[in-house]
Amino acid sequence: MLAMNYRGPYRVRVDRKPVPVCEHVQDAVVRVTRTCICGSDLHLYHGMVPDTRVGMTFGHEFIGVVEEVGPSVRNLAVGDHVIVPFNIACGQCHFCKQGLFGNCHESNSQATAVGAIYGYSHTAGGYDGGQAEYVRVPYADVGPCKIPSNMDLDDAVLLTDVVPTGYQAAEMAGIQPGDTVVVFGAGPVGIMAARCAWLFGAGRVIVIDHIDYRLDFARTYCPAEVYNFRSLEDPVVFLKKTTDSLGADVCIDAVGGDAAGSALHTLMGTKLKLEGGSATALHWAINSVKKGGVVSIVGVYGPTGNLIPIGNVVNKGITIRANQASVKRLLPRLIEHIEAGRLNPKALVTHKVPLEEIADAYHIFSAKLDGCIKPVLVPPSARR
Amino acid sequence: MKNLPIDPSKVPGWGVDANPKNDPTYPMRDRSHEDKRGMSWNRPPQQEETVEILQSIERNNLTAVFGTSTPPSGVSGILRRQAFRYSESEWAHWLMLLAADRVNVIEGVVEDLGRGRIPNIPGEMGIRSELAHNRSGLVRKALIAGAVLGVGIFAARIATYNKGGRRSGTRRS
Repeated sequence: MLAMNYRGPYRVRVDRKPVPVCEHVQDAVVRVTRTCICGSDLHLYHGMVPDTRVGMTFGHEFIGVVEEVGPSVRNLAVGDHVIVPFNIACGQCHFCKQGLFGNCHESNSQATAVGAIYGYSHTAGGYDGGQAEYVRVPYADVGPCKIPSNMDLDDAVLLTDVVPTGYQAAEMAGIQPGDTVVVFGAGPVGIMAARCAWLFGAGRVIVIDHIDYRLDFARTYCPAEVYNFRSLEDPVVFLKKTTDSLGADVCIDAVGGDAAGSALHTLMGTKLKLEGGSATALHWAINSVKKGGVVSIVGVYGPTGNLIPIGNVVNKGITIRANQASVKRLLPRLIEHIEAGRLNPKALVTHKVPLEEIADAYHIFSAKLDGCIKPVLVPPSARR
Repeated sequence: MKNLPIDPSKVPGWGVDANPKNDPTYPMRDRSHEDKRGMSWNRPPQQEETVEILQSIERNNLTAVFGTSTPPSGVSGILRRQAFRYSESEWAHWLMLLAADRVNVIEGVVEDLGRGRIPNIPGEMGIRSELAHNRSGLVRKALIAGAVLGVGIFAARIATYNKGGRRSGTRRS
């Protein structure tokens, strides 16, 4: 089969690899019909995530058709077209029982600090991902969800991560009616977080980024007030001034470790790798939220540590909420939102690229060329 | 384009998930399952270990399933095994893994060459899309790289010339 092959920072290609097989009685093998490049894949692509091995296949956002099931699989059958949540979860452990499907204790031997994620380094379990024609899906009875018959496949593939992560960012923020919500990052997740903030009753939604075309999209899609931080002398001061000097009720970090805007964080986090990524957005979020407010983090950081103003968290009494999205928990409600027309994820898709052209797709997304917001990869078998 | 006033009540779906009781919200510690402590759940069947799996020393056991992609090998594998002697709380663990990743890149090139394949590094870096969508940026990068290279060569030549001059000066004296 064809599969993405990571060769080192900023280098990927498509190679032939063996078709995966069921390695466990609860496994399935899925033929991929759509797969995306996620903003967090760029952290891998940029060489920021420890234990990212040459030869691995990335891809944690994918949907596909079940081709094979292990002997213990009961809920799926060959031929089912399924949404596969990005996190691998057993459904039985202490954490899964709490709905913490992103924190399963039975799927990642190599770290306790993170659950297992398809195609997201060995730090996240060492599973090959879905940027391929076929992928192994463990615990097939737990995560996968059949795609509703009338759902567009581009909507379905965005339900694997972007929509639930954006929604959970707003949910974790505990938004109360009338709240002012600031979202740092106008990537797909930030845009979705800003869109979902309204569902929770936000009174004002502000999006901060430095890419104008994305801000223009967010302005009409979310909708939101948008500001390019490069045009602001100090985004924290600006946000204080625009909230009567108090700060926002809620700040959402939807950027993670690839943030621009601070030479110090860029040097320490992305160049020298002495931080778990550049924490500029988180830094600004902590300093822009009001006293007693909430900072909700869905941006991805590495496991080492970051220079953030933790003293301000203490002194302002800030609540920090963060997690990988619990996709399985959220899917039923999010499917309702799409079917009711309240959410339109497929509008985020700007590029549909053959899997064979993955190197160009990564570069376009990483360098933010050609107005790219969300690239979807289509394997050859899904194009026939 | 300027920001226009937004009337929240006109945004589709506004407030449909608003719930004043949603505070504190997810993720919360759920105490309903705490009647049994420790790893007391019924564990899924154990996957057979067919390749070397490195295990965090913060765990008591291998997880019931695990990924089998790209097992540790070569010099990078040695570094990774060393890294797993340290806990996830130690910087040594992560920095050694990052070092192993860099070594692994060189191993990847050697592996390609060993199979008679010269890696198309510009292609792997997406040069085609750079040419299509950012030609001026590509030219600028090429000029900067050329200038840096040129300055380097010039500096090396000056250094060689000075060294030679000093030597000949010594001989003359």
